[in-house]
Amino acid sequence: MERTIELTVNGTDHQVTVEPRTLLIHALRDEMGYTGPNVGCESSVCGACTVHVDGEAVKACTELAVRAEGSEVTTIEALGDEDDMHPLQESFQEEHGLQCGYCTPGMVMTAAVFLEEEPDPDRAEIREALEGNLCRCTGYQNIVNAVESAAAEMAGAVEPATDGGTAVEEGGD
Amino acid sequence: MYPDQFEFHRADSVSEAVELLADNPDAELIAGGHSLLPTMKSGLASPDALVDISDLDGLSGVERNGEVTHLGAMTTYATVADDDDLWEDATVVAEAASQVGDRQVRNRGTVGGNIAHADPASDLPAAMLAANATVHVHGPDGERSVEIDDFFQGMYATAAGEEGVVTGIDVPEEGENTASAYVKKPAPASGYALVGVAARLTFDGDEVTDARIAANGVMDHGTRLPAAEDAIEGESVDADAVAVAGDAAGDSLDEYMVMEDQQASQEFRLQLLSAYTERALETVGERAGHM
Amino acid sequence: MATDEREGGSDRIETVEADDVDAADILGSAIERQEDPSLLTGEAEYTDDIQLPEMTHMAMLRSQYAHARLADIDTSEAEEMEGVVAVFTAEDLDVSGALPVGWDLDSLRNVDNPIMVEDRIRYQGDVLALVVAEERYQAHDALDAVDVEYERLEAVTDPSDALAEDAPVIHEEEGTNEAFDWDIGDADDTEAALEAADNVVELDVTNQLLIPNAIEPRAVVADYDPSDDLLDVQMTTQNPHVHRLLMAGVIDHPEHRMRVRAPDVGGGFGSKIHHYADEALVSWAAKQVERPVKWQATRTESYLTDAQGRGHETHGEIAVDDDGTIRGLYVDTKANLGAYLSTFSPSIPTYLYGTLLSGQYEIDNIYCEVTGAYTNVVPVDAYRGAGRPEASFIIERLVNRAADAVDMDPAEIRKKNFLDPDDFPYETPVAMEYDSGDYHKTLERAMEAVGYDEFRERQEQAREEGRYLGIGFSCYIEACGIAPSELVGELGAGAGLWESGLVRFTPSGTVRAMSGSSGHGQGHDTTFSQILANELGVDYDDIEVVEGDTDAIPQGMGTYGSRSAAVGGSALVESARKVVEKARKIAAHQLEADPEDVEFEAGEFQVAGAPDRSTSIQDVSLEAYLAHDIPDDMEPGLEATTFYDPSNFVFPFGTHVAVVEVDPDTGEVAFEDYVAVDDVGNQINPKIVEGQIHGGIAQGVGQALFEGAEYDDNGQLVTGSMQDYAVPKSFHVPEMETESTVTPSPENPLGVKGVGEAGTIAAPQAIVNAVVDALEPLGVDHIEMPLTNERVWRAAGGGDD
Ligand SMILES: Cc1cc2nc3c(=O)[nH]c(=O)nc-3n(C[C@H](O)[C@H](O)[C@H](O)COP(=O)(O)OP(=O)(O)OC[C@H]3O[C@@H](n4cnc5c(N)ncnc54)[C@H](O)[C@@H]3O)c2cc1C
Ligand code: FES
Ligand code: FES
Repeated sequence: MERTIELTVNGTDHQVTVEPRTLLIHALRDEMGYTGPNVGCESSVCGACTVHVDGEAVKACTELAVRAEGSEVTTIEALGDEDDMHPLQESFQEEHGLQCGYCTPGMVMTAAVFLEEEPDPDRAEIREALEGNLCRCTGYQNIVNAVESAAAEMAGAVEPATDGGTAVEEGGD
Repeated sequence: MYPDQFEFHRADSVSEAVELLADNPDAELIAGGHSLLPTMKSGLASPDALVDISDLDGLSGVERNGEVTHLGAMTTYATVADDDDLWEDATVVAEAASQVGDRQVRNRGTVGGNIAHADPASDLPAAMLAANATVHVHGPDGERSVEIDDFFQGMYATAAGEEGVVTGIDVPEEGENTASAYVKKPAPASGYALVGVAARLTFDGDEVTDARIAANGVMDHGTRLPAAEDAIEGESVDADAVAVAGDAAGDSLDEYMVMEDQQASQEFRLQLLSAYTERALETVGERAGHM
Repeated sequence: MATDEREGGSDRIETVEADDVDAADILGSAIERQEDPSLLTGEAEYTDDIQLPEMTHMAMLRSQYAHARLADIDTSEAEEMEGVVAVFTAEDLDVSGALPVGWDLDSLRNVDNPIMVEDRIRYQGDVLALVVAEERYQAHDALDAVDVEYERLEAVTDPSDALAEDAPVIHEEEGTNEAFDWDIGDADDTEAALEAADNVVELDVTNQLLIPNAIEPRAVVADYDPSDDLLDVQMTTQNPHVHRLLMAGVIDHPEHRMRVRAPDVGGGFGSKIHHYADEALVSWAAKQVERPVKWQATRTESYLTDAQGRGHETHGEIAVDDDGTIRGLYVDTKANLGAYLSTFSPSIPTYLYGTLLSGQYEIDNIYCEVTGAYTNVVPVDAYRGAGRPEASFIIERLVNRAADAVDMDPAEIRKKNFLDPDDFPYETPVAMEYDSGDYHKTLERAMEAVGYDEFRERQEQAREEGRYLGIGFSCYIEACGIAPSELVGELGAGAGLWESGLVRFTPSGTVRAMSGSSGHGQGHDTTFSQILANELGVDYDDIEVVEGDTDAIPQGMGTYGSRSAAVGGSALVESARKVVEKARKIAAHQLEADPEDVEFEAGEFQVAGAPDRSTSIQDVSLEAYLAHDIPDDMEPGLEATTFYDPSNFVFPFGTHVAVVEVDPDTGEVAFEDYVAVDDVGNQINPKIVEGQIHGGIAQGVGQALFEGAEYDDNGQLVTGSMQDYAVPKSFHVPEMETESTVTPSPENPLGVKGVGEAGTIAAPQAIVNAVVDALEPLGVDHIEMPLTNERVWRAAGGGDD
């Protein structure tokens, strides 16, 4: 019953053999070693497993790996690395938008596509956008702050900040 | 978290999907998977086979045919909610789609799956009822169209039947003198509708000449609210008329059949129904410039 | 600290990078957390991320029923299934296999708590069988093939029902469901005070059961090496040493041949303190199959097994004179303990609850009785706040009721009864000695921040327009860092509540520090590095803090009860000071001076009055390890270990204020404002403090408005998934305005108190008081939590009853 599928994860082509029932999250974590996205529930509520599939935020626990055949999947691992973080990753650190970090990969991945679609959101829109990502540690406020400042940073970033600071000349509201 | 084994078929055509379903009574169609997979992961469903229709050409997308907008069954909520024209032409449908679940759910769940699954707490049934949509079904006996008023038959039961594939939905354009809205009281945990009310009103001047009002979450399937419709028809949308219609909202329903669960009693559901019917009518009134 | 005014209310604390902070300011700076980059890039390693060669996966069969006799179990079909390595039931256990309880009470009826059940099932989480298989999916497939025959028994879920005469008895050998009967305070004096007072106001409340909901479910990876008899366990734990000690007894494995590690841990909130059957079974199974075994709970499994919190049914009476003076307080509580005693459960509704009932007030007479009850629900133990939220809730609700009774403003009655700053140290009638406080200040700051007087005018106006606004105060006190060990021993603890800290210089002058605290999201690496940089004058980046490994760290009691800064941090301070003293002697020796004349500042030793005669602590470290030229009577090396045992608890406090608007038609509650003024003593890193307050409040909001573990009459958990149990979402939590005052604790060298639980303790009663205040014109005087829309609507007069 197993089948071999091909998909691209973070720009790397992969061939993996999975059962039809294998969830995308398990294929990513257990078969391909992308352990950035996490598993927090089975009812598709927590969002800890969020990745991008063909550019859209998707809960990887609510997709079959076989259905991701031919897709381009992006996980938190590809968003930026420790020396060269994405503006969202930087702002999460600066605004203390994470504590235990378990929800964080999903949270950041949801926020990343959201900011592409809505570069200048207000706080209520940010909260609304993160509805599918639960965080038990932060109380969300600093996450909202982080997304807000990343938006400002990304809007104002003519050239990347060299000091890693959030100082921006323009953007935001 | 771990679904049971099943066979996986990727259908190459709708007819093939229909055949596969007819051949295997324990097979299920999988569209967006956002109702099916959660139940499979938690062990509540264990189909022998899944028939995937996500790759079929022509099943997804929004298309305008004159005064009707055709939504392919596999169109995601996100696509519907991002369609500016639809917000103009059938506000209630776009608005309901924009309130389904969360962003990730909206990127995957489909309009066809939503109405075919017919979860009583889903958002699209009432919106489609208010919009007076037509559903296209491809079944073992061929293709047919079903008026939306005949489509929802019970909890998880529709006129498409076990073996029918919903291929698309036609949503008529609202026209100049018509406005609509969907308002929802989400359950705090699941985000599904405790109560959701969809309303579409047609006006002649200030007066409502035609009303289609429907609710989710209250009965075992999306349901029209004829008593509320009657109450508002012939009236202008002012505070008094809205209050009367809100009060009437539950009148046409069989009280014993009103849903009751740990989230809300029958009595409170009916209360929410009144309050949200009022909110829906007020919103339509504002949109039409009458409030 | 730098703040920046933005939309959304509060002044934001801006973080800084460590490099930009002057060494002298390191303590108290909002330094960005060093833990974050790995957590933000997916590099972090949580337990379920661990892959070991030959690793197997385990799944556990739990009960379909909450109360039943296990008539028969047949695993033969499961054993034959593809990928199955082994299936075990209680019959196969060759170890003692009973979970211990770490707190005794005089009246405690301790009961057997087996890691797999052989006969009697007492809650749904009881383990009936376990499967070890090659793959996760296979292990779960095999569970479905285990055939179980149950004989169902009547179940009981509420403590008052369990204590009733005709209740089904859960532990038959005890003949009763009463687990203990405990009291504190003076019954006679309190009764007399109640009789003498002008008014007595009563209130019955249910403090509902809560599920902790760390977003990372519990998980374990165990690896056994038979050649050395070494058992290596990596698990989601808040206290690896405690787990090692307890587990050693449960699975009869020598403690010194066992290593317990906490990889990155995704939150705990108490749920990862306790010793569960699960880690014992995973470890035991790894010894049986001689291959690594991994298990991660599904969310439903977490809900069926993670120790739940609260679960009180309480009757309270407060005596108040017409002038608002509180004369006495009587509290009678029935506490739900669940099916068995969990690790520290007897202490939670007793010593962590009854002792906090004086709140911020001078109340001369307090008496509290608590009856613990066994029921068929998940064992109940510490969940964020643990006992203290329940205490604060009942007092703060009763104080509001007392204010109503004597027609006084709720802020005024609080002020009238507050302890004054010069009352400290203050001994309460319930055995606590408060360290320090300035309760007027936090209340006044909070009133200013919400604009109290102006609010009352607005409220008045709104009422005329038919809108319902309300304000609620919560003036809370918390006790953290339970101590000293001798005292907790007298109270029944089976453990000492000290903490260990080891500070070790390397020969090249950098520092590795080991703490027995075990963080799981609190940012200990950052705060402890700040503490040590300050003490040692070493660069923040030259310090590495190690936690969560029983092989590396001398001993530890772990992280819970907001104890890590006050106890763990203090242990490191003491060790750092010992290191400096030794280094001072070496420096003096090198500089040919008397140690008493050698001063230490910012990492430099200098002979007083002779600036050119100096050396750095890094150079001294090298000398200490070279040992070519150190004082004669001195051992080489530069490190020190401290087992810090505090002299007392520390007592953070504060005032939270919620402002809400309630729609009586739908029962909907909308926040207009939420202000928190907290005093947690000195702050090591104000941004981390703020984060703890925010997160704590969110959990308090959850308890007030949304959360509650609900069971049906058969003891089945109805809220068994995240679709049913409402963990607050982003838009459920209000924008919070946080401020602080600083009243250092005199009890520890850092002057810190504790912040992990403050928000959770404070928030529920602020919100409930606000909603009740809003609906006062409709005659509402109490609503039970969670304040669901339906409950609020009914309280406001909706519905038939
Ligand atoms: C966290 C979460 C929150 C959600 N919140 C909401 C909400 O607020 N409101 C809401 O309305 N929904 C909500 N949903 C459900 C979601 O909208 C589902 O997408 C929808 O109910 C089913 O659509 P689907 O395409 O995902 O169908 P699937 O899950 O693929 O299928 C569901 C069922 O419908 C059948 N089916 C699917 N497509 C067709 C078709 N074209 N013809 C015939 N039968 C078909 C399948 O066989 C299956 O039995 C939520 C889901 C999740 C996971
Ligand atoms: S793991 Fe919870 S939504 Fe995917
Ligand atoms: S940071 Fe712990 S769950 Fe969000």
